[in-house]
Amino acid sequence: MNDLLTTVDWSRWQFALTAIYHWLFVPLTLGLAVIVGIMESIYVKTGDDKWLKTTKFWMTLFGINFAIGVATGLILEFEFGTNWSNYSWFVGDIFGAPLAIEGLLAFFMEATFVAVMFFGWGKVSKGFHLASTWLTAIGASISALWILVANAWMQYPVGMEFDPAQMRNVMDNFWALFSGIAVNKFFHAVLSGWALAGVFVIAVSCWFLLKKKNTDFAIRSIKVGAWTGLVGLLLTMYTGDGSAVQVTRHQPMKLAAMEGLYNGSTSQSLVAVGLVNPDKQWNNDEDPYLFNIDLPYGLSILARHDANAFVPGINDIIAGVDINEQGDTINTVSYAERIERGKAAQESLRRFDTARKAGDAAAMEKARADMMKDYQFFGYGYFDSVDQAIPPVALTFYSFRVMVIVGSYLILFFLVVLFAAYRKQWLQREKWLQWTAMITLLLVYLCSQAGWIVAEVGRQPWTVQDLLPTCAAISDIPSASVITTFWIFAAIFTMLLIAEVSIMCRYISRNAKIQLD
Amino acid sequence: MIRVLKNIYRFYADGFRSMTIGRKLWLIIGIKLFVFFVILKLFFFPDILSRDFDTDEERAQHVRTTLTNR
Repeated sequence: MNDLLTTVDWSRWQFALTAIYHWLFVPLTLGLAVIVGIMESIYVKTGDDKWLKTTKFWMTLFGINFAIGVATGLILEFEFGTNWSNYSWFVGDIFGAPLAIEGLLAFFMEATFVAVMFFGWGKVSKGFHLASTWLTAIGASISALWILVANAWMQYPVGMEFDPAQMRNVMDNFWALFSGIAVNKFFHAVLSGWALAGVFVIAVSCWFLLKKKNTDFAIRSIKVGAWTGLVGLLLTMYTGDGSAVQVTRHQPMKLAAMEGLYNGSTSQSLVAVGLVNPDKQWNNDEDPYLFNIDLPYGLSILARHDANAFVPGINDIIAGVDINEQGDTINTVSYAERIERGKAAQESLRRFDTARKAGDAAAMEKARADMMKDYQFFGYGYFDSVDQAIPPVALTFYSFRVMVIVGSYLILFFLVVLFAAYRKQWLQREKWLQWTAMITLLLVYLCSQAGWIVAEVGRQPWTVQDLLPTCAAISDIPSASVITTFWIFAAIFTMLLIAEVSIMCRYISRNAKIQLD
Repeated sequence: MIRVLKNIYRFYADGFRSMTIGRKLWLIIGIKLFVFFVILKLFFFPDILSRDFDTDEERAQHVRTTLTNR
């Protein structure tokens, strides 16, 4: 049991490490592709050579990021087959379809049109080249769509029926995969890439301004980066609001963890800033926070778009208590009952197995029918106590605040940068703003990673919500092998990151000596 | 048809020839794919169910046994 827990923990660390590294490359690819598309569109429309130089400069940075980042996501698929083989089998049909489509689309669209982007200058018409640039951007986003649809399904499993004979969830409605959660997640993640790339373009351009090189080029780039970033960020916030409502409906425990909320209430306030009390447990009377500043009604508005709505806390969810829109107390299923029903579903599956081995079709069908009555709580059967179903509160709480606070700061940042960019002299003169832009590049990456930490840590202990916790999804492999590969990945990805940063820095620095204005 | 294929080949060949920074990137991509697919996939990341069982029925049985005994 101890080795199983160690294997689970190390496998989770490994998956988190590889996903975090992968997500360093992906949002920049998604956003920079759009920014390059906008720049090239301006070039094609105006025919102005300076926009051609601008496009080629950022396109090369896009290419560096694309080349270093490509295939880093495949590592996650390796981990599914080795570390998470039970999960992989359990969800194979559902998870496999979007990933297969993603692989084909990514390969054909990106491989074809990226080649035209880089090799096609002067060989294909301007219009065809521009179309290729945009198709690369669209292809990258469509690739992301399938990955995010698969991820959303893990958070809200729909469109399938469990077959105990195959031990798989079999897809019975492909279109159900495009749930509200999936749609919000897709736009939220992809548009956040626009914001991140916008900051990237501004930060690199501000380095040119600091060096007093290619200042016209820098201002031109900053305008496109800031507009794209601002639009992306505002839409990210809009879809984030949609995500909050979806999480309240389908993953209320995640929302409670994001807020460190143990006992919910109507007109629930939102903690703007605070410190979580590490001694607080779901079943003790400690104060949840060591310090907190609240926004009155904030959480009720965020979660249910109603200032007076009830938002359940961790203890309410465990007890199975909620209050509906009419103000009536309603009972959902308590965690104690979920655990019982989960164990009953597993017992039915055991009976199914015994009947199957005995070739008793009637008993198999009876066991299957019994199991399906409680299947929605199947995963709870692996727990001995309700606290095992509570996500890590502190990490979720702080990550959510990092995401929201930095995200809010970014609005101000984009507005100030835009204001300054249209007063060229001011932006060129104010060194503090140029330095702020470069520091903001680190902050936007932090914000982007924090968003994923909220989404993924907040849904623990589940790999598939309510159906399969991590302790059941894990393979029977020794923890030593996971620890070894963890460090191998840490080394490889760190080297890739160093390669990316150094190649980019050298390219940017070389271009300071070339006339881009 | 052959002419089209030749043109496509020439397009890529010329593109690769005229690369500057791209050569280094292709080298990185090549090394990376080699490490991922030849070293990691082969020696460290087998698909456990495919490796240990011959049929889907055996794989399903293994997962059923594991998930009902944890």
